[in-house]
Amino acid sequence: MSELFRPAAEWELQSMIARLAREKRGIEVVGHGALRNTGRVASSDVVLTTSGLKGVTLYEPTELVMSARSGTPVFEIEQILAARGQMLAFEPVDLGPATGAPGGALSIGGVFATNFSGSRRIAVGSARDNLLGVRAVNGRGELFKSGGRVMKNVAGIDVARGLTGSWGTLAVMTEVTFKVAPLPQTMQTLAYIGLPDDLAIEALGIAMATPLEVTGAVHLPKNCAERLKVPKLKGVRQSLTLLRLETFSTSIDERKEKLKTALKVYGNPIELDPEETFGLWSEFRTLSVMPFSTDTSLWRISTLPTKAPEIVAAIQKFMHAVAFYDWSGALVWLEVPAAADAGAADVRRAVAVRGGHATLIRAEPEIRSTVDVFEPLKPEIERLTRGIKSAFDPNGLLNRGRMYANF
Amino acid sequence: MPHIELPEPDVGVLRRLPILIEGLKSRVGNDLLIVDEDGRRAYETDAFTAYRRVPMLVVLPRTTEEVSKILKYCHENDVKVVPRGAGTSLCGGSLPTEDSIVLCISKMNRVLEIDYANRLARLEAGITNLQITANVAAEGFFYAPDPSSQLACTLAGNLAMNSGGAHCLKYGVTTHNVLGVKMVLIDGTVVEIGGSAIERNGYDLLSLVIGSEGQLGVITEATVKLVPAPEGARPMMIGFRSPEAAGSCVSAIIAAGIIPVAIEYMDHAAIEVCEAFAGAGYPLDVEALLIVEVEGSEAEIGILLGRIAEIAARFDPKTVQISADADQSARIWAGRKAAFGAIGRISDYLCMDGTIPLAQLPHALTRISQICAEYGLKVANIFHAGDGNLHPLILYDANDPEQAGNAEMAGEAILKLCVELGGCLTGEHGVGIEKRELMTTQFSATDLAVQMRIKTVFDPTWRLNPAKVFPLAITDVMRAGNAASTPEAA
Repeated sequence: MSELFRPAAEWELQSMIARLAREKRGIEVVGHGALRNTGRVASSDVVLTTSGLKGVTLYEPTELVMSARSGTPVFEIEQILAARGQMLAFEPVDLGPATGAPGGALSIGGVFATNFSGSRRIAVGSARDNLLGVRAVNGRGELFKSGGRVMKNVAGIDVARGLTGSWGTLAVMTEVTFKVAPLPQTMQTLAYIGLPDDLAIEALGIAMATPLEVTGAVHLPKNCAERLKVPKLKGVRQSLTLLRLETFSTSIDERKEKLKTALKVYGNPIELDPEETFGLWSEFRTLSVMPFSTDTSLWRISTLPTKAPEIVAAIQKFMHAVAFYDWSGALVWLEVPAAADAGAADVRRAVAVRGGHATLIRAEPEIRSTVDVFEPLKPEIERLTRGIKSAFDPNGLLNRGRMYANF
Repeated sequence: MPHIELPEPDVGVLRRLPILIEGLKSRVGNDLLIVDEDGRRAYETDAFTAYRRVPMLVVLPRTTEEVSKILKYCHENDVKVVPRGAGTSLCGGSLPTEDSIVLCISKMNRVLEIDYANRLARLEAGITNLQITANVAAEGFFYAPDPSSQLACTLAGNLAMNSGGAHCLKYGVTTHNVLGVKMVLIDGTVVEIGGSAIERNGYDLLSLVIGSEGQLGVITEATVKLVPAPEGARPMMIGFRSPEAAGSCVSAIIAAGIIPVAIEYMDHAAIEVCEAFAGAGYPLDVEALLIVEVEGSEAEIGILLGRIAEIAARFDPKTVQISADADQSARIWAGRKAAFGAIGRISDYLCMDGTIPLAQLPHALTRISQICAEYGLKVANIFHAGDGNLHPLILYDANDPEQAGNAEMAGEAILKLCVELGGCLTGEHGVGIEKRELMTTQFSATDLAVQMRIKTVFDPTWRLNPAKVFPLAITDVMRAGNAASTPEAA
């Protein structure tokens, strides 16, 4: 067991990293552990957790803005927001349950460190899009800030958003400031039945091209749809193509009818009421259709919606793969049989030909240490990436190897 | 006197100019170069017109390959490069130096690909903002960021400044609407940052590039999101007896869970000028006017505007008027978007761009009036109230050096106030030369060092868009071309 550092305040975290930087000791950065089974395994001398940095430091409901210390659990933040009729619009995804890590352990810092956003991203943008500012300590032990608490801020280089998706390899966030949004007054779901993947993506695309502000556009092929728990959809035994509408109660029926008209040729949908809709989309927030198992690995593929069914079909030629299409097809969660390389060769080839990138989310730690977890970078981008890493963390101490084998 | 310092030109480079011209001619041909003084003079300033410097050479490339050749040549010959789109920067973002080459990409304005199924468009970066929407409007889409200069400004400039606009309350700013760019680094390397997928691979380099004001590279192409046009949109105008009432009304609307697509604020001085210019029907007997626009179907618009009117009623408005028809809506927006131009017809002005937390609005307005009065200057306030982005226009006479100097000092005081109140120096115009020295009021030495090291990764010898964004005093060593000396802040 590595030595554990658990700072209780920002200044303490800074002084710890400054000391570790002087001693040139590698630091694995964690929150409450929700992401420990995801990504490459960092090689480190010590573990530093942000779990002691908790609490909301600013909340202005009328300005739609909140600041929280990075170790604050997401569920706590969502409770505070819900009490004022607000939410994190980008629906952070808790990968814990799907990766064999604890559920409910996701911290707000982890949300921005990974930039993993949920279904509503397609309407409101990602975690990164909703981030306004950060305070963080880099691998030199320097405390710095970027951005702020206002919606528009273009002073200088946008370091705050540049830190999103860097998995703690550049800096340890101590506090994040982000946009919040009003909870929708009401919501409904239309579920189209039995569409093959390519037709389903076409239907979702048509829905997204309407001005009806669809806030969820998901397709579950039959073998994935069968895993849903929502009673109304449980027994359908066919593929399900799901569209969520969220708006004022005075306009939801009007929008629903317009959406049904636009998608008339795709059949008659099952309609889910607000309660059923809430239950259904909550399942996606913990990826319950991609449950933890040591018999399978899990990939996350980002591509163009129209390319997604082709990628899935190409991979399915080589293995039994179960797909969950989100963001109208721009994101595919793909479960594949456990294998020595977690299917990397076939997955990467299928993606490379059609455009996009794939991340290995779930596999045995040995596999995540030997195959590329993140899509390999083109040489000129790798050069810039290494340059950025070196600018923030010249000695390569923070989460070394967490994203890429060599840095 | 205007007092922003512009570095002395490097006479060594100026002496080499004839050789540099021949070198560039041999690489990209004769017809891309503007050598004669009259031609170069057209590029001596941008929309921050108080400062002018004629560049030693202007190049107008037509392809990414030509941009690459030009930058490679400049890099090898240690020449500074000022990237330029349409030159509409309000902060001197594209102001040349006398020893630099202006690389203007306005000829690169083609649409490369429109993909409606995936809701994206790939464009050359010299295309104007409005032209993007013009190309996709027939299919029911638009490109969302809408800076007031959208008729003229280029996508490249929008990317450099992370431009916003009146409608970003709902649709976000440039950084929310771009998927990827093709960019040329100072050494001529062409890189693709981001792509066409909505998620990035690896570090979010695109976030670092957007809004970096031409400090990191020259963007030649971009892939942007296309957004479905709303079914309908309609503004309403609410006139108030006091700025405080208007400010409180904005907070109350948002607190009620309504996010209008735009909430614009004009004070009495601005209303008068814009009404005279546009004949939009703005009420002239109010102290503050809100233009609130909502989108949706006819029925939805009616309901939402009704609810907003109910909320506004709590703040004793003097007038509440919903736009009668498309024609009036167009005039209401024409007046607002032409505001800077309209005020420019009656006076020279400095346009500020600070942002404040919404709750500070009434206090900020009072202080802005006081500050301008202290310098003996008038001010007109126009701004994006929904997101707290203020645009006080400080009126002055450019022919009076004392007034010009006072206007700059009042502007500085206003921006410092914005930072003090928890906001920032610039919401959408950028830093350029205008706010360069004020960066230390918003950022610590370490904050700036973190940013400057990123610049050094992309542009090791600091030859791109020199003497902008970062305070001169802390960049002199790097600007002299010594990359290794980016400060190790304490």
